[in-house]
Amino acid sequence: MIQLEQLAWKVSGRTILESVSVAIPANTYAVLMGPTGCGKTTLLEILCGLRQPTAGRVRLDGVDVTDLEPRERGIGYVPQDLALFPGLRVREQIGFAPKLRGLPPAEIESRVEHLAGQFGIAHLLNRLPDMLSGGEKQRVALARALAAQPRLLLLDEPLSALDESMRAEAVALLQRVQQEHALTVLHVTHSSSEAAALGTLHLRMVAGRLEAESRA
Amino acid sequence: MHLNRSNLCWLVLALITVSYLVFWALLLGATAAYSTQDSWLQVLRSPEIRHATFLSLVTCSLAAGFALLLAVPVGYLMTRLEFRGKSWLDAALDIPIILPPLVVGLCLLIFFQTKIGKVIEMAVPFTYQVSGVVLAQFVVAAAFAIRTMRGTFQHLSARPEDVALTLGCTRFQALWHVALPAARRGMVAAFCIAWARSLGEFGPILVFAGATRMKTEVLPTTVWLELSVGNLEAAVAVSLFMVLLAVLVLVAVRATGEKV
Repeated sequence: MIQLEQLAWKVSGRTILESVSVAIPANTYAVLMGPTGCGKTTLLEILCGLRQPTAGRVRLDGVDVTDLEPRERGIGYVPQDLALFPGLRVREQIGFAPKLRGLPPAEIESRVEHLAGQFGIAHLLNRLPDMLSGGEKQRVALARALAAQPRLLLLDEPLSALDESMRAEAVALLQRVQQEHALTVLHVTHSSSEAAALGTLHLRMVAGRLEAESRA
Repeated sequence: MHLNRSNLCWLVLALITVSYLVFWALLLGATAAYSTQDSWLQVLRSPEIRHATFLSLVTCSLAAGFALLLAVPVGYLMTRLEFRGKSWLDAALDIPIILPPLVVGLCLLIFFQTKIGKVIEMAVPFTYQVSGVVLAQFVVAAAFAIRTMRGTFQHLSARPEDVALTLGCTRFQALWHVALPAARRGMVAAFCIAWARSLGEFGPILVFAGATRMKTEVLPTTVWLELSVGNLEAAVAVSLFMVLLAVLVLVAVRATGEKV
């Protein structure tokens, strides 16, 4: 469960987020919509621990994580540009988190193979990011995030680079991933159809405030 | 080709570029025309100049290596961290670039006469030593390497490093596993610039390390020593040799850089 309590973020005297409070139950697929520049990405970065809020607290499963480093939060993050590591092959991208945790090579390989199979990218394991299409990159970024076995997955417009034909497939993939991994997902999008197809909880942010909330 | 305004613009820009290159070609051509076969043979046979060449290659490589070791963390810090007084620190890092080279040498010489400097010299002697040559090259080359690394990190998105942090990396691990592999071409460029800058360094070396033949003499010092005794032909030949050496090393390092 994600609980945000009176979160605020100000920079150079400008208020980006103001008194943001929300509770997202565990295993929920929440979608967050709002106009460009309203603070959606900032909110995700505060949740990840990449930014410290000016005020307010972040709780995950009842634990206050506001002062914890990103690596201690158990959150998977897929940014808008997907941010694949340049120069690392798909196998290394997915195996990145397991390797950091010191897992034995056989276990890393097994986790990589399992996720690659699940995401249909087993044939791409030896490719570099430059040799992948937009849809393939998106799958690799998701697999990389899930390899760390997070409790919570934050997606920042992950489907924005995909064309219409691939989007429906990607939506189905995200639904399957959320259910199979029992994840709580917070998905930022500009697309109403994407939000309608995926979200069980709908949030809207306007000018740094969470204004409307509806449950599917 | 129809000469519209856009084409005219490119033509003017191309003319400026070509004029600059022609100017340099004329400079080098005139210098090359001045040297003779005998002076080249004299340069190649001279044990002093061979020693100066060897010392230049070694000290430039060491200075560029040390400059890179400093430039990577400083460049990363100055790019990724926002803090109060950053613009002042940024300006301070450029001081070696704007200082007259002789002043840099003088500063080094005076520093090593202070108590702290003397303590350091008890462990590693620098003044009028080969290590002093490396240090004099390093202090100026490092400023150029830092500029290059800063530009490199500025052009690299911080997002992959952010993702690495969420995947379990410490900031240091994100630098090591993500930022550095992505910055490898910039590192090669920084090394090249530092190396080339070190090869041309003269003022600080002359003041701080001296111009002792077969000891602290590097190629720019050779040019000055030959000029000071009126041996213009040898000075020109050594100068051309330096140009050749610099081009060869930079082409080799850049070719390596293209592959990384």
